[in-house]
Formats: sequence, structure tokens, C-alpha cells
Amino acid sequence: MYPRQFEYLAPSSLDEALAALDAHPGAKVLAGGMSLLPMMKLRLLSPEVVVDIGRIPGLDGITDHGDSVGIGALVTHAEVAADVLVMRNGAALATAASWTGDRQVRNRGTCCGAMAHADVAADQPVAALALGATFVAASSSGTRAIAAGDFFVDTMMSALAPNEILTEVRIPKTGPGTASAYDKLGRRGGHTDYAVAGVAASVTRSNGSIGGATVALTGVGNKPTLSHAVMDALVGTDGSDAAIEAAAAHATDGVEVLEDLYGSVEYKTHLASVFTARAIKAALNAI
Amino acid sequence: MSSTSVLGGVVRRREDPALIQGRGRYTDDVKLAGTAHVAFVRSPFAHATVGEIDTSEATAMDGVLAVYTAADVEHLGKLIAQVPVGTLRPLLNNGTVKHVGEAVAMVVAENPYLAKDAADAIMVDYDPLPAVVDLKHSLSDEVKVHDEASNTLISWVGPFGADEDALTELRDGIEAAKQREDTVVIEQEMTNQRLIPVPIEPRSVMADYQAGYDRFDIYSSTQIPSALAGALGKYFGMSLNQVTVKAMEVGGGFGCKLNVYNDEVLVAFASKQLGRPVKWTETRREAANSTIQGRGWIAAAILTGTRDGEILGFELEGIADMGAYSQNFTVAIPFLGLFVGSGQYGFPTYWKMDCVTTHTMTTDAYRGAGRPEAAYYLERIIDMYSREIGMNPADIRRANFISADDFPGAVSPMGFPMDTGDYATNLDAALEMAGWSGLISERDAARAEGRHVGVGLATYVEVCGFGPSGLVDLGFSWAEYQMPSAFNGSSLVRIHPDGSATVSIGTGPSGQGHQTTWAQIVGDGLGMSVDRIRVIHGDTEESPPSVGSFGSRSAAVDGAACFEATQKVRAKAARIAAHLLEASEEDIEFADGAAHVAGAPDSSVAWGDIAACAYQPHRLPEGLEGGLEAHSIFSPGNATWPFGTHIAMVEVDPETGDVDILRYIGMDDCGNVISPMIVDGQIHGGIAQGIGQAMFEDAVYDRDGNLLSASLVDYILPTAADLPSFELSRTVTPTDVNPLGVKGIGEAGTIGSAQTVVNAVVDALEPLGVTHIDMPLRPRRVWQAIQDARS
Repeated sequence: MYPRQFEYLAPSSLDEALAALDAHPGAKVLAGGMSLLPMMKLRLLSPEVVVDIGRIPGLDGITDHGDSVGIGALVTHAEVAADVLVMRNGAALATAASWTGDRQVRNRGTCCGAMAHADVAADQPVAALALGATFVAASSSGTRAIAAGDFFVDTMMSALAPNEILTEVRIPKTGPGTASAYDKLGRRGGHTDYAVAGVAASVTRSNGSIGGATVALTGVGNKPTLSHAVMDALVGTDGSDAAIEAAAAHATDGVEVLEDLYGSVEYKTHLASVFTARAIKAALNAI
Repeated sequence: MSSTSVLGGVVRRREDPALIQGRGRYTDDVKLAGTAHVAFVRSPFAHATVGEIDTSEATAMDGVLAVYTAADVEHLGKLIAQVPVGTLRPLLNNGTVKHVGEAVAMVVAENPYLAKDAADAIMVDYDPLPAVVDLKHSLSDEVKVHDEASNTLISWVGPFGADEDALTELRDGIEAAKQREDTVVIEQEMTNQRLIPVPIEPRSVMADYQAGYDRFDIYSSTQIPSALAGALGKYFGMSLNQVTVKAMEVGGGFGCKLNVYNDEVLVAFASKQLGRPVKWTETRREAANSTIQGRGWIAAAILTGTRDGEILGFELEGIADMGAYSQNFTVAIPFLGLFVGSGQYGFPTYWKMDCVTTHTMTTDAYRGAGRPEAAYYLERIIDMYSREIGMNPADIRRANFISADDFPGAVSPMGFPMDTGDYATNLDAALEMAGWSGLISERDAARAEGRHVGVGLATYVEVCGFGPSGLVDLGFSWAEYQMPSAFNGSSLVRIHPDGSATVSIGTGPSGQGHQTTWAQIVGDGLGMSVDRIRVIHGDTEESPPSVGSFGSRSAAVDGAACFEATQKVRAKAARIAAHLLEASEEDIEFADGAAHVAGAPDSSVAWGDIAACAYQPHRLPEGLEGGLEAHSIFSPGNATWPFGTHIAMVEVDPETGDVDILRYIGMDDCGNVISPMIVDGQIHGGIAQGIGQAMFEDAVYDRDGNLLSASLVDYILPTAADLPSFELSRTVTPTDVNPLGVKGIGEAGTIGSAQTVVNAVVDALEPLGVTHIDMPLRPRRVWQAIQDARS
């Protein structure tokens, strides 16, 4: 409730912000503050310096890059959920954003913030993983692109270096024949609250069979995780319910499932299969 | 939804604009110059001996005014409890801590941030000891919570007052019924899990000791301001007129603010020591670990009945979790359950609840307080019985109700006289409103499609608005708080010289709408618009002493006092009006802000003129004193016994265990209704909390006594988005224990709802072989029950 004393910086440019991160090792970046501030109030985190990027121009838009859709660092969950470009090219992410937090959180919290926070039960990271997103990280020495598969490292740990700012998440544009979907069981039941287990699937249908599939799980392990076994089992099938269910049975093969207050290993393993099947079916229906 | 008020008048809550717009005043809103702030150092262990407490670094910090430990406050004694069965809480502990969150030191600093910094800098040397958390484990006394005593503090046995012979005869009778060939015996152990109250406004207290006058102004978010004043007077050797407690707006209480807390005493102590106002507002995490919790029972229910629906005996034996220390009512809460142990039924009932200590936070009153637990076990086991014999759950209940013909004079099998009741009429009204047979066909049609839809029904009776005063002699006294009775209602009605009115009540709202209801009672009695009536509450200086708002007692007890005080004012005003209008006193009627002569529409005198006369004694008729005000104390001859029927329809996703409540119907009977919207609001909130227990909420302790659900991330409260629209209506069976004919309604929704939802979910899963699931019905648990039933 009462954080330790900290210094608050509000730079007006990205360069200034990056310089501040260099100057203050251990500084934390503040965007929407929906995760950082509660952690500071509980004194789980006590950074000496907070760098608020909220006043930096150019980070607040969703951009059509031609081959990808860029979501800037200050774009809120609500904006992601309602954006036509995101819906068209990454429905899984739009859905995940619409199920993140509550209305107040969605109007304040940012998509990039949720990615950088890397909560094990969050909705949007798993969607980004299934969509093959690219994460653009800036530091004073330049900009680098991090593939989604490399971005999520461990529980609440991303590949961002302490002096880097995640300036954009890029979702590749999809052609006809490809669609994605996200489905989950929330901790309150339905789609509300963090995921007990959730699955994002991006599926491509070509010539009547499944030409490609990316399926990723959240809430079941220490980070958003691709389910290679499902992808291997699904591609090349006819995409029938039977084929989907047969593939979904392998959802957690090779994945270390972890128990928490909301589910046992057995239950989460089961849910991963249930939502894998539901997400794949929903994606196929959307093509 | 019924909109009939016994008094007519206001429909909307008068207090809402201020509360909704953030313009109400709560304790933490009070800013006094020079206020210092408190942070507590709390034990991270459930059971540990406390070694050295090193306060040197904290004491040396800039802005830290004082650090207090047990040695500084031991002379004040322990925390006062009204039912002091068990070990009382030390104000601060330097011996052996008994639960996570127990206070061991208090820091006072210039602001709350510094106070927290200093609290973090205090090093306490703990030597952890084994903890007991499990109730059956506690019962064994293998690990003791308090060395000097058994963990079992008391065992409540019902019927109340039955001697050994009577109990033996009762149990032999039930045993004989079990042996009959035409009977079935249903047995189920069930958990009624611990809950954290979570009012939207956390507890907050501010003490302003004024050395120049040797008196306290205390601001506290409490349900019991007069009791707090009495307790603090006792601690500091001061008279009641030296301590003023102001409970302004209180943002929810649900019973957790129905305690005098050690922090309230300590904040007052610090203010007196430092000569400055001192404030403390708990954080959510502190609220979870250091404010009382509710429920926490494990019990086995046994029901014996014939195959055609005649119940021959109900037995409940269980263990109730008291936590580590006894506070205000702690061991009395299961006793409140005993009151309604046999519900609204007439069958023989044996009831035994062992109250045991554990290394966890104290339990005490939480909305319903013993009665939701009792109703839960009874209504769940009856539901299981109805399934076993294949009889409609409504018919089985109707067949076993205490008959409306037994009133007045009905005495429950637990030994308590009940005021009024007509349970079958209420049940039938609920069935009709829900379209019961239609619901069943809808369910069956859904089942035929392979869906898992269920319908659940439960009836309840509660007991609230407690009296009679004789209960004081059974230990339900408030003498510890310097209040002679725990059962008085109190009200003071004053007409000002301009004809406006003020009603002062010692009890105050924590969401119950006193501003509206009390104005209606006075306005109806005096024929005066509620706009002309101010309600002052929760201020011990301005209001007559009162017990407080809890136990669904405000309207039925304090409201009755208000009614009587209003009648006294009306009677005197009628004499004055008769004098002014040269009419007969018997012909005076009050309406539209004036006194009228019956049958003479042009002959009237406004309240302003009556009041002006009242404050000019020379104009008054002979024998009347000046002034126009009255105080009444009302002490009810019995508690009130509201009742009702709730019905839910749910659908379960068998793949995930996710439960969706499709419909929720409540048919409640709280006697006469003063303010329909407020009654509905109370039922709404009650049902929400009952559904919260049924589906979401769970105070989860690990085996070492750590509360795993101490934040609102992990302690899942229902939100409006998680709940269906409630369909409410009511039957009206007025009580005869107060002149308004009203029964309490604050807790009823909570008492009727949890088992309704569980009954519905079990009904949905009956085709899969599920017979019971312990609350909360989180998806994982529902799914597991399906797996277990299949295997």
C-alpha cells in the first residue's frame, strides 16, 4: 500500500528514457502501471527510479507496416481489443486483450506492458507467441528484434535487458486461409480473470487440409509455451473434429505443467487439451 | 418485485448521491493538523516464540515519533471480549505469537510511508513452533494453541437447555428410527469454508486525545460506536462522557467491524502518549490477516426419514474454527447457528458443535454468523434425502415444515420460541414465481440435448434483531463495553423551532440506508416530507447510546424505538395543534407537513407553527412543557424470524467444471417492508455474498498457517459481472414483536443462497453420479467431482 521512496522521471523522448535507464541501473519502466504499481505498493518491487514513458510521443499508435501490424508501447488493452487491423490479422490477440483484467485495467494497462511483465497466466503473451509476433526492443545502443519464441524466458522474466524498452510488438499480417483464436478458463470461471489454462491457436487451411498450425499454452507452466506435439499431429490432417481432438490430446506433451491454487497438474493438463481443441476449432471456423 | 411499503413514501435511497459521487465522509477522509500515522509489525509465523525485538534502527529514523512493544502497553490489559470464553488477545505480543499477522510492535511516524519504512526496519527474532490449522487435528490437542488450555473451548449442544436425560431420549428416538425398515439414513460430511469479510472500505481508526480537556475524539469505521466508546473509557479510566466516537460513513462491515480491535486501543494509547492525533488505516493484506474472518466449519450431517418423505431425525456434529484468540463474540457464533439448527422444520434435531482454536486469525461474526452455516448443512442433507427417495425437493420441505397453524406460540425443536411464520405460503409463492414445473421441463429438455443443467431449491429461517433482554443473563451482555444491555434499540426525535426534524440514532449504516429508512419512519408518523428530516447516526456525542448495526437488528429494534419516539412527539404535537385549531385532540391528523382536523379540510396548522408554539411555553395549553422531542428505548420481547425460499438454475460445462448461473429467484419474507428498494438491495448483497461462498471465496491456509489467499488476486470476490440478475419478490408475514411488524433482512440473502447454488450444481451433475461437492465450487473442484464420480 505504501511503496518505498523512489525517484520518478518523466522523459519526453525515447532517447532520454533510454539514457535514464543507462544512468540508473535497476530503474523500472512505467507505462500503464497496472502491474508495476501494485508490486511496488506491496513492496515486492522497490526500484529506486521509475521511468514513466507515458509522455513520449510516437509510442501510442497501432501501425500498418505493410507486412505486419505494430502495436506501440503505450497502446492499451482496450485499443488492441477494438482495433480492426489486429482483429483481422491476429484475432487471438484481440480476444486476449478483451479478456485481460477488468474495464478499468483495459483502459489503462498496455499490451506491451503485459508482454514485458510476462505473467505465467496472462492472456496476451500466449497470443503473441501463437501469432509469431516480433518484439522490438530499444536501448541506447540501438534496436533489436526478438522473436516471440525467444522473448518469454521464465516466470515473469522476458528477454529484455534492464536498459531496454519494448517499443513495439509486431504481428505478421495473414493471408486468406489463415485465422487465429484464443480460448481459456478464467480463475473466476468463464473468461474472467487470469487463465487457469488458455490456448491460442493460429491455423492455416490449404487445399482442404491443415497446412500450418501454431498452438501455444498459458497458465499451465512457467511461461507461454508452444505445443509442438499438437502442431505436428494436426498439420496434414483434414481438420475434422476427430483430427483436432486427437491432436489436442497431446497438448502438454513435452511441457512441464505446474500446479497452483487454481488447478492441479492433472486438471491443467486436461484443460490444455480442452482449450486446444476449442481454440483450433474456433480458428478454423473463422477462416 | 413488490414495491409496497408499510409506510409508503420514499422510493430511492437518499444517501446515494453523496456515496456514489465520492462526497461521503469516511474515517480516512478526516484530516486533523499534526496527525501522526501508524504501521504495525506483524508476525510472519503462525506459531513462534518472540525473542529480541530490535527497534533501534527504526527509532533512529527521521520522522519516527515512537515505537511501542508489548512492555509499553501491558498495563492496559488484554483485548476486551464480550464472550470471554478462551484466551484473549494481547494488545501487542512479546511472548508466543499465535497467528500470522499478529501484532508485535507499533510504529508511529510523521506519515504512513515513513511508518512502513520503520516497521520494515524492526528486526524480530522468531523461533517457529509447530502450528495447528486442521480442525480435526486441533480437536486432538496434539498441538496446543495455548499451553494452559485444551484447544476445545466449548461445545454447543442442542436442543438448547436439554438435560442429559432429554438428550439421551432424543438420540435414542432417532436411533430407533434408523432401525426401522421403512427409513433411509443419509450421511454427509461437509465443509463450510472460512471466509474473509472484505468490506470495500478497510478498517480505519483515528484518535485525537485532547490533553487540555482530558478527552478523546475517536473516528472509527466501526459498526459499534457506543461499544467502542465504552471500551476505551475502560482502558483509559475515563467516563463515557469523556470519549466521543464518530463512525461517519462506514463502507461495509458485514460483522468484521463488530469488534473492538486492539489497533483501536493502541491508536488511542499512542495519541494520548504523544498528544497528537494518530491514524491507522489497514491495508488489504492486513485486513486479510488481522481482521476477523467468518465461517470455518466442518461437520457431518445425518438425516433419517421414511421413504415417503417424513423426516424423523436430523443430527449435526462438527467442529467450528475459532482461530487463535477469542474476540467479541467468537465462541457465540456457532451458538447463533444452534438457534436455527432445525431450520423451519418440526422434526427432532440433535446438534453439537465443538469450538476449537487454531493458529489462524480469530473468527467472529460475518454476515449471517452461524446461521448460514447451520442452514447450509440442513438444506444440503435434505436435498440429498429428496434425491435418495425420489421426491420433489419442494414437497419434502413442505411436508416437514412447522405449520402456520402453530403460530403464535411455535417453539422450534431447538427450544426457541419463534415469532411468526408461514413457510408453505412462501414456498408456494416461490415455486409459482419461478415457474417450477417449467424449470424442470427446461432442465430435462437441456439434459436430453446432452447439456448439464440443474435446478436447486432451498428454504431457510433465520433469527435476528435479537432480544429478549433476558439473553444478557446467558452471557450475551455488553457489560464489557459499559453497556447494560445488548438488546436495546434507541432513538431520539427532535422537532426544531422551524418545524424541521432530526432523528438521532446510536446505530449507523454500513450500507443499510438508515438515512432513508429512519426518515421514512419519522416522516410517516408526523406527516412530514422526508426532505425536512435529518438523520444523525454513529456519533456517540449527538446520539443516544445504542448497540450498533449488526445481526439484522437496526430496523427491527432501533427502528421500533424510532417509531415509538415519533409517536410520543406526534402525541404532544397533536395536543398543541388541537389547542391552536380549537379542535379535539382525537380529531388531529398529520399529513403534508401539517396537522389537520378530520373532516375540516380548511382547518390546519403547519409543523413550523406547531414547533414555534412548542418553543414558547406561555402559548402552550396548560400542563404541557416546552420543547418538542422524545427519546425512546425499545427492548424487544423476542428476536424476529424471517424466512424464505431461493431457487437457482445452473449449467455446468462438464469438460472444464465451469458453472454458469442461468437464473436466481429469491422469495423472502421479512414481515412488513419500510423501504422496498433497500430491502431488495440488502437481499441482492446477501445473495451475492452467498454465491461468493458457494462459488468463489476461500480463505486458504497452508499447513503452517500461512494465508495463501491474502490478496484480492487470490481471494476471489464475486463482481456484478459474475452474477446473474436476481429475480426477487416477497411474501409478507408481519412480526408481532415490534410495532412496525418488520423483521431483519440484512443477512437473509446470505443465509438462503449458498446451499441453493450447491443444490442446483449437484442436480446438474446428478446424471453423472455426483452427490456432493464442497464449496467453493471452483471449476477445478467441480471437474474433480465429475472425475471421482466417473471412476
